[in-house]
Amino acid sequence: MSAVAHAPGHADAHAGIRQYCTFWVDGLFFGLDVEWVQEVLRYQQMTVVPCAPESVLGLINLRGQIVTALDLRCRLGLPPRADGVLPMNVIVRSRGEVVSLLVDDIGEVIDTDARDLQPTPANLPTTVQDAVLGVMPLAGAILLVLDADRAVDVSTLADSTGGTP
Amino acid sequence: MSEDAEIVAEFLVESHENLDQLDRDLVELEQSPGSRELLSSIFRTIHTIKGTSGFLAFSRLERLTHVGENLLSRLRDGKMTMDADTTGVLLRMVDTVRALLEAIESEGTDTAPSVPVDDVVAELEETLAGRPRSAAPAAPEPVVEQPVVEPVPVVEPQPEPEAVVEPAAPAAAPEPAPAKPAAKRTARPAAKRTAKTPAAKPEATTPAAAAPTAPAPQTVETPAAAVAAPPAAEAPEHHDEDGVKRGVVDSSVRVDIDLLDGLVQLVGELVLTRNQILQRTETADDVELLRAAQRLDLVASELQESVMRTRMQPIGQVWSKMPRIVRDLAHQLGREVNLEMEGHETELDRSLLEALKGPLTHLVRNSLDHGIEPPADRAAAGKPAQGRLALRAFHESGQVVVEITDDGRGMDPDKIAAAAVARGVVSREAITRMETREILELIFRPGFSTAEQVTNVSGRGVGMDVVRTSIERIGGSVDITSVVGAGTTVRVRIPLTLAIIPALVVGESGERYAIPQANLVELVRLEGSDLRESVEVLAGAPVLRLRGRLLPLVTLGEALGGDPLRLGRSEALTIVVVQADDTRFGLCVAEVHDTQEIVVKPIGRQLKALPMYAGATIMGDGRVALILDVAGIARDRELATVVQPVEEHRSGLVDSRALLVLEVASGRRAALPLTAVSRLEEFEVARVERSGSAEVVQYRDGILPLVRLASAIGLVDSSQSSEQISVVVHEEEAGRVGIVIDKVLDVVEEAVVPTEVGKRPGVLGSAVVQDRVTDLVDLDAVVAPILAGAR
Repeated sequence: MSAVAHAPGHADAHAGIRQYCTFWVDGLFFGLDVEWVQEVLRYQQMTVVPCAPESVLGLINLRGQIVTALDLRCRLGLPPRADGVLPMNVIVRSRGEVVSLLVDDIGEVIDTDARDLQPTPANLPTTVQDAVLGVMPLAGAILLVLDADRAVDVSTLADSTGGTP
Repeated sequence: MSEDAEIVAEFLVESHENLDQLDRDLVELEQSPGSRELLSSIFRTIHTIKGTSGFLAFSRLERLTHVGENLLSRLRDGKMTMDADTTGVLLRMVDTVRALLEAIESEGTDTAPSVPVDDVVAELEETLAGRPRSAAPAAPEPVVEQPVVEPVPVVEPQPEPEAVVEPAAPAAAPEPAPAKPAAKRTARPAAKRTAKTPAAKPEATTPAAAAPTAPAPQTVETPAAAVAAPPAAEAPEHHDEDGVKRGVVDSSVRVDIDLLDGLVQLVGELVLTRNQILQRTETADDVELLRAAQRLDLVASELQESVMRTRMQPIGQVWSKMPRIVRDLAHQLGREVNLEMEGHETELDRSLLEALKGPLTHLVRNSLDHGIEPPADRAAAGKPAQGRLALRAFHESGQVVVEITDDGRGMDPDKIAAAAVARGVVSREAITRMETREILELIFRPGFSTAEQVTNVSGRGVGMDVVRTSIERIGGSVDITSVVGAGTTVRVRIPLTLAIIPALVVGESGERYAIPQANLVELVRLEGSDLRESVEVLAGAPVLRLRGRLLPLVTLGEALGGDPLRLGRSEALTIVVVQADDTRFGLCVAEVHDTQEIVVKPIGRQLKALPMYAGATIMGDGRVALILDVAGIARDRELATVVQPVEEHRSGLVDSRALLVLEVASGRRAALPLTAVSRLEEFEVARVERSGSAEVVQYRDGILPLVRLASAIGLVDSSQSSEQISVVVHEEEAGRVGIVIDKVLDVVEEAVVPTEVGKRPGVLGSAVVQDRVTDLVDLDAVVAPILAGAR
């Protein structure tokens, strides 16, 4: 129904000021249009899913709804999080489903002009490029703007089994 | 009668929704003319309305949609192209359909003369014939607004109820020639109308012209209402008892499923919170707090139950309409049908039930039209004149299964293949590579139909296509088994999304998993000598000997991608014997927790491809647990056997036909009767000694002579290559023989059809077992030389 309204990154990207929910993953500064984001939560207990794609870290119970938790580090081909460091959940809505993206740390919600979006530099790893709409050079950092639909799509990744139970 | 009214009301609600969709589709079609997808969608909508109006004897509506469908069918098949005129005609048809529906809603019949059905039908026919209509008359769209008032005199004579319902001749249309609907439906709609009358005026008579005529119908209806007193009395169970003029569409509260989902979730949360509070209060001294907690407990449980119940409904709701539909259809098609229904009480989620309605009707319609033959044909085929149509619903493997079985002519794969090729659904080469099952599945392709002629009922090739699309949309599946001349069974499986099912919770590697109770057969706990006697490893494949049956064993860890069973290491085994479809196997688990009611919740797209999970659920402590899909595990571990449904009347007994299927000579298959197998053993090659020319092993304080099965049946022996040999121990009065094989593949209880193909010394012949050609071992011939030597 509201599929069109749900794809803020694409069509409306040129519409001017937009709000981005920001977070860090392996030192990279990412932003996600707030329209994708349902909420942000601290670490939640997860149930491991044997045989799941590697980037699926588990399932969490979000007020009775079962939500798949995807490790953004793994999804983006970045090195794994240090042991004992608990990730945070950025709960996003994508194609009618709710998915949690596991990130290192949460930043602020920032307003920025979507017209500043530039193409992703070609020398970034393809795994990162694949999930990013573009980049936005800000004063202190470079914001990588994520495409939630692509970020939660693990079907393109090599099918690896996520360890044994 | 009230059932009729109910059907009509549902038809109206459904059709209004369909029409809204139709409007959108037509508008979109203007933008992209020639879109087959859109045309198909429009076609289906009209087809559905036509079908239902046929059952309900709304003959004008049926006639209109029938012609419209013809036109759409040609457009869809690319035999005509879309142009502005055609779009105009189609839009006029939709408007007219809408007007007729409103007439039905307000009057109970589609005979309102103010709706110009004949004009539109004529237009459609002309377009069909290819005559361009340069100056199409202005669209009669305002019909929607016109008050539809029956002329006073016509209702009076109330013609004999059995008046023929042939589609009214165009000229006769203004007179309510199709008296049948009026007559049949006298009581309910009339009562309804009188109830509505007081309030009817302000709303129904917007155009001034209607005002004078309004009182007339009222007087005419009054006698009818008097006759219809009893139905009126039962009115409270219907929607219009309060006498307020409301459309059928808004007389029932249609709650958004999302809202119900939200409620279910909230209640789930509430229950979890309650559990936590109850835990805390157990140790509390505060009596007031305890009392409050107990009350909370009670209320939460009741609330949960009620909320769940709002979504669950018995399938009987849909079935109650079937006898009528079947009767009407049988009448129309000249069939004699005995309808049997079983499993009325099977509950499923409301939204699924809704979605199931259409497809089920389609399937029943198909069974009558294509399946069950006319009585004369049946008699000629030596069958009873009365055909049998059975509907069966039940829960299986956490799913709802609905079976529609007829004893009709069955589906002929050759005919289907020929039709599919002729219709360009599939290429001739592709057909030759297809299995029978795949050929039967062709009927689900869009545009496929084998009916020799297009009937009013079915045969346009939309039916099965629609059925499959709608079932798959709700996550279900449809499959067909058919025997030519004997009948067809269509099996619809629907997931129990959001249903509550009892499940056994087991533990493995620190996580909990739920096994639906529907899949459970029994729990077996084996220790010590029992374990050694009952579980054996055959060429790496552990099997459980359970009351004479051999069951393949899989550990849950292995099913979830971990290590297979290492027997030597386990002191005890807990085995959950499970069954899915026709496959039974043992699942070794680390822990068994308890049985509880769980709420099945869907899992995300990222995990859909994993066959071993049917969904997930939330445990009492708030953690997520995965629900195992037993059938999926069986498929994934290749335990599933393709077996004809054999009734299980012989539990505990070894079926004399059961076969142990083996691999010999690197990939060749052979089968032994299971009754001939007394044990399955593995020996290290080093233990094989020689006695004369014979190979033997020391076994159970004796000597077991060995025979290499491959050599004995004329194949090249390849069992020497490994460090272990797998041996089937056969025992008879004359002694024991060890038959050396490569490995055990399976135990099947399939009834096989032996052939003499491949007959040679040691082999009786061959048969197709699990879709593969398998040598049937002549056991006597294989063991006789050995036993003779041993004597």
